[in-house]
Amino acid sequence: MRALLAGLLEWTDARFPLSKLWNEHAARYYAPKNFNFWYFFGSLALVMLVLQLLSGIWLAMYYKPDAEEAFRSVEFIMRDVEWGWLIRYMHSTGASFFFIVVYLHMFRGVMYGSFKKPRELLWIVGVLIYLCLMAEAFFGYLLPWGQMSYWGAQVIISLFGALPFVGEPLALWIRGDFVVSDATLNRFYSLHVIALPLLLLGLVVAHIQALHEVGSNNPDGVEIKKKKDSSGIPMDGIPFHPYYTVKDLMGAVLCLILFAAVLFFIPEFGGWFLEAANFEPADPLKTPEHILPVWYFTPYYAILRAIPDKLTGVIAMGAAVLIFFFLPWIDRHPVKSIRYRSLLFKLLLVLFAITFVVLGYLGIQPPTPGRAELGLRLGEAYFSFFLVLWWYSRERSPGATWTLLAVLALVFAIIDAIRWDPEKGMLIAFSALLPLIYYGLFLVGPLVSPRLNASREVPERVT
Amino acid sequence: MLVLMCLPFVASAAGGGMALLDANTNLSDRASLQRGAKLFANYCSGCHSLDFMRYNRMARDLGLSEGQVMENLVFTGAKVGDEMRIALRREDAREWFGVAPPDLSVIARSRGPDWLYSYLLTFYRDPNPARPFGVNNLVFTEVGMPHALWSLQGIQSLEMGERPAGAKSEHAVRLEATRQGVDLHKVVVDESGEERKVVDRLVTGTPGSLGVGAFRSAARDIVNFLSYAGEPAQLVRYRMGFWVLVYLAVFFLLSYALYREYWKDVH
Repeated sequence: MRALLAGLLEWTDARFPLSKLWNEHAARYYAPKNFNFWYFFGSLALVMLVLQLLSGIWLAMYYKPDAEEAFRSVEFIMRDVEWGWLIRYMHSTGASFFFIVVYLHMFRGVMYGSFKKPRELLWIVGVLIYLCLMAEAFFGYLLPWGQMSYWGAQVIISLFGALPFVGEPLALWIRGDFVVSDATLNRFYSLHVIALPLLLLGLVVAHIQALHEVGSNNPDGVEIKKKKDSSGIPMDGIPFHPYYTVKDLMGAVLCLILFAAVLFFIPEFGGWFLEAANFEPADPLKTPEHILPVWYFTPYYAILRAIPDKLTGVIAMGAAVLIFFFLPWIDRHPVKSIRYRSLLFKLLLVLFAITFVVLGYLGIQPPTPGRAELGLRLGEAYFSFFLVLWWYSRERSPGATWTLLAVLALVFAIIDAIRWDPEKGMLIAFSALLPLIYYGLFLVGPLVSPRLNASREVPERVT
Repeated sequence: MLVLMCLPFVASAAGGGMALLDANTNLSDRASLQRGAKLFANYCSGCHSLDFMRYNRMARDLGLSEGQVMENLVFTGAKVGDEMRIALRREDAREWFGVAPPDLSVIARSRGPDWLYSYLLTFYRDPNPARPFGVNNLVFTEVGMPHALWSLQGIQSLEMGERPAGAKSEHAVRLEATRQGVDLHKVVVDESGEERKVVDRLVTGTPGSLGVGAFRSAARDIVNFLSYAGEPAQLVRYRMGFWVLVYLAVFFLLSYALYREYWKDVH
């Protein structure tokens, strides 16, 4: 038996690089030995992708992309298809889990500087995956054809209408009709089950190829390839298989426990994963009271809503997403890992995470003047994060910092002057404390005490 | 982040932001589900369909025989494998009620059990001649539906609490079940901009065949049945979820042991 298998392998290897691929990507792919908890999310994203593909294939066997039939066919899956409810909840819970995993994976990258040289392309492919995922989720959300599906799509597509000149024709072209209709549903279905999954798979392969070309970063931000033993193996590296395959298996099971807990006990997750209004069939004549995107879009939605001018809002929202592409050239600080970066950097990143989460919360709440104001200030904080990150890339003279502060003060004053409203004067003046404290801390802080922004020495080897 | 996630989502659809009565439904109470199905068939299914619910599925889930269901719950010419449709034509319904009565298959998922329960309990007599059936509802103002359960509940009347003179605006805060009916707690803003608490009361005027308590339990049965109908899989979902978690927990221990074993030599 053994000899037969060895023979088969030899036969295959002469015709297809099976052993070569296995060795390059698993058995002899050397990963740093000091991965921590944050390094689970890459493989978990892959688990989620597979889960979505499989559950999606089975859903597509019963789902009908027809405005008359779509809502009914989803309920048919929930009731009359054997295990249909399980497959459907896998897919709906999986979508949200996918985003949770991807957001944590991206945050890991920012924390440990995993986008820095030589991993710029790896990062960019990752951001492309993120964009595809957003498109995939957006198209998929229309398919159940509930009220929120319908009106959410209506609102998001109409955003394209805000673009000058091409806006309205573009929105019309996307919908294929003057309102979201059967034509829209059909094309969204096609894009959701064919175009984007294909693109996603291709990008994921490219992402892994790029990763295995440059090698993984690690929590110390040390390049393990710089220290190799006599046989050319990184001294701080261990073969991905079996070390990380067994470790990631453990992570996957842990993730599946959380996944199953949500799927079986709270699949709606209090309205965050499945919205109550989406259990009402789409009605083009009845606009729901609150139209909300799903939670994974709400940070950007909050930025859009906070800006009174629609076109500016759309541009800001787009910029908030696309800015991730430029991260490798924004943060050029030589120290990669948060472990050896300054106290202020750590604070900056924590504040960014909080900003993102609170924006996400605001995006889902009905707007009030207070919330809109907070949304705008947090939107400013969102972009300020990248500005400060860029500023921290190298040593800056006090003169340069004061000049930047003066420019910033001017910009913020202009923004507030443009949107000035005597009725909200107090609110605007009071909330201006937010950028004041932010920049006071992050730009004036290092001038007062340089130690606040001093990096520590990076060790030679991983710890 | 988790703390934030636990904050309530949005004030639920049409509750108008007020706290509703607690339906306190229990899907494992099979007798209640059976009573609910019976009440639904007798009082609701004349106008409201359950388009996604099949009779035989319901029979199986509720522990009834197909014969029992056909005999007691089917008043149309439907077969046992059919969905629970109605004979009422949408055009006719629109003419009679102003709107076609909605299908109730997933109403418990879009409105929520508490809303349904509060809705069933808060019909009251409204002498306004514009009201087609002489009734109105506290959680669904100007609803087109007549009080279908009036023979059971009787007719409640609304006793308005005393408002301060020149009240500017008011909003509902919460509903509270009382011995004789339901109280609606409101906040009224008076002339000087001060907020005052006001209570409007629903009290039974003409009694029905059931007392206040018995009617509430009947309403709860209907809501319980509708919660079941909204997602029949719930009956197996929780039970199965428990065993899946047990399995995964064991799997986790094994994978953890495997990991420890392999990583012994990594320092």
